[in-house]
Amino acid sequence: MAYSDKVIDHYNNPRNVGSFDKSATDIGTGLVGAPECGDVMKLQLKINKEGVIEDAKFKTFGCGSAIASSSLATEWVKGKTVDEALQIKNTDIVRELNLPPIKIHCSVLAEDAIKSAVADYRKKQESLVKEEVLQTIS
Amino acid sequence: MKLPIYMDNHATTPVDPRVFEAMKPYFTEIFGNAASRNHSFGWQAEEAVETARKHVAKLIGATAKEIVFTSGATESNNLAIKGVAEMYQEKGNHIITVVTEHKAVLDSCKHLEKQGCRVTYLPVDRYGLVNLDDLRKVITDKTILISVMMANNEIGVIQPIKEIGQIAREHKVLMHTDAVQAAGKIPVNVDDLNVDLLSISAHKMYGPKGVGALYVRRKNPRVMLSPIIDGGGHERGMRSGTLNVTGIVGLGKAAELAYLEMPEETKRITHLRDKLQKSIFAQIPEVFINGHPTNRLPGNLNISFAYVEGESLLMGLSDVAVSSGSACTSASLEPSYVLKALGVGEELAHSSLRFGLGRFNTEEEVDFTIKKVVQAVNKLRELSPLWEMFQEGIDLKTVTWAAH
Ligand SMILES: Cc1ncc(COP(=O)(O)O)c(C=O)c1O
Ligand code: FES
Repeated sequence: MAYSDKVIDHYNNPRNVGSFDKSATDIGTGLVGAPECGDVMKLQLKINKEGVIEDAKFKTFGCGSAIASSSLATEWVKGKTVDEALQIKNTDIVRELNLPPIKIHCSVLAEDAIKSAVADYRKKQESLVKEEVLQTIS
Repeated sequence: MKLPIYMDNHATTPVDPRVFEAMKPYFTEIFGNAASRNHSFGWQAEEAVETARKHVAKLIGATAKEIVFTSGATESNNLAIKGVAEMYQEKGNHIITVVTEHKAVLDSCKHLEKQGCRVTYLPVDRYGLVNLDDLRKVITDKTILISVMMANNEIGVIQPIKEIGQIAREHKVLMHTDAVQAAGKIPVNVDDLNVDLLSISAHKMYGPKGVGALYVRRKNPRVMLSPIIDGGGHERGMRSGTLNVTGIVGLGKAAELAYLEMPEETKRITHLRDKLQKSIFAQIPEVFINGHPTNRLPGNLNISFAYVEGESLLMGLSDVAVSSGSACTSASLEPSYVLKALGVGEELAHSSLRFGLGRFNTEEEVDFTIKKVVQAVNKLRELSPLWEMFQEGIDLKTVTWAAH
């Protein structure tokens, strides 16, 4: 199957490859997929106090389309608020990268990764708030 | 060196220029129908077909009369299996084959199951080999055919056909082998191997696509087949249809060359394959051979590069044509059933590449390929969350994955 130029570009020059410290409180980590399915995506968001995504990083085990989808997702989320980032749909990724039908699930994975990273961040924030509350009480 | 490099010779092979030269006149000047008995156009065509038949027979140690020309090995396998099932239905309805066979064999068997045949699919060990005791145990007095491929198209493992054929003989069961990947690459002799039916395909041995042959034993025992294509009664009634003279000439020439050049070629290709294998193992950690470490076709190398997905690896090897057992490369999104049958974990099946070295690969191409593979694997591991976890000492089996 021939790849679109955009997929090839992301594959050859993936944006924002890397990792943040998983345990940092301003980092949300999403790890989706499974090795047996042939695709695993790790997407990390660095989110400031105002809820704006300052930086994003990814690592992906998967086909070229999966790599391109996650690379694109990191580009798109940067500078967006968390709520805006959650609006990114896999169909937007499909359109931008010109993915064929058989590769749609790779874009779904990228959407899931964003959601999962945000969920992880929110969970961390909640437990932080709880801790603060506990501290104030005691 | 010309790019891209072709290193997928299990899928198909280029037509040898000498084969092409031999075929050329049969497209234009010598166009007769080999069945036209009453003029020189027909005679010339028939003569060419008979010469080809001799070369094919010689390659596999058969006699010319035992060769039936077909449209390729898919048809040869269909004819062998369905032809035996129909012809010998009085005797029995049980067929034995192996889970790692080519789809042309497996789906022919599935078809027969729908018509009331019983089929046993033998498992394989982690090298891809069938166990002879397993085979002995499943033979019954209703068994009419055993079909086991000689060499596998994905992992290149070579089955003990001679021993299997011996067991078939002892039980008076017919023995078929799909020798598509073996013929022209390793010695094949139908008498040594105790086989009664044997499939070959021209395009896997530097001949043209769309032509193949089925060997059908004529003596001890004399094998009969019901045709699957009815018509003018060509090929002793087993395969009707005007003969593809040009293609058959190509198959004949390809067989002749393979027979003459096999000893030299095997040496050369084995050297290249071993170099490819050793260099990859020396330069990349966490790689695994799929199939048997030594009992394998000279040009075959199937390896898994852990923590890297196969299709993305193919993309990184854009200048080298190879294939992968990864689900991402298949229309069904299922990883290779052959690798699965060996018990290769799914994650390693997704990470597999198959190299198929052939007659026209050079040492320079192999060196280039090694360099590219190392680069691509390193790059993709940098990108791989699994590699990162592995490096951190996390056992991936203990992780709960959000499978989708
Ligand atoms: C082992 C094996 N059997 C059968 C076939 C089918 O041969 P053909 O392409 O001539 O139909 C192939 C090739 O795809 C093969 O590798
Ligand atoms: S990750 Fe398997 S098809 Fe994209």
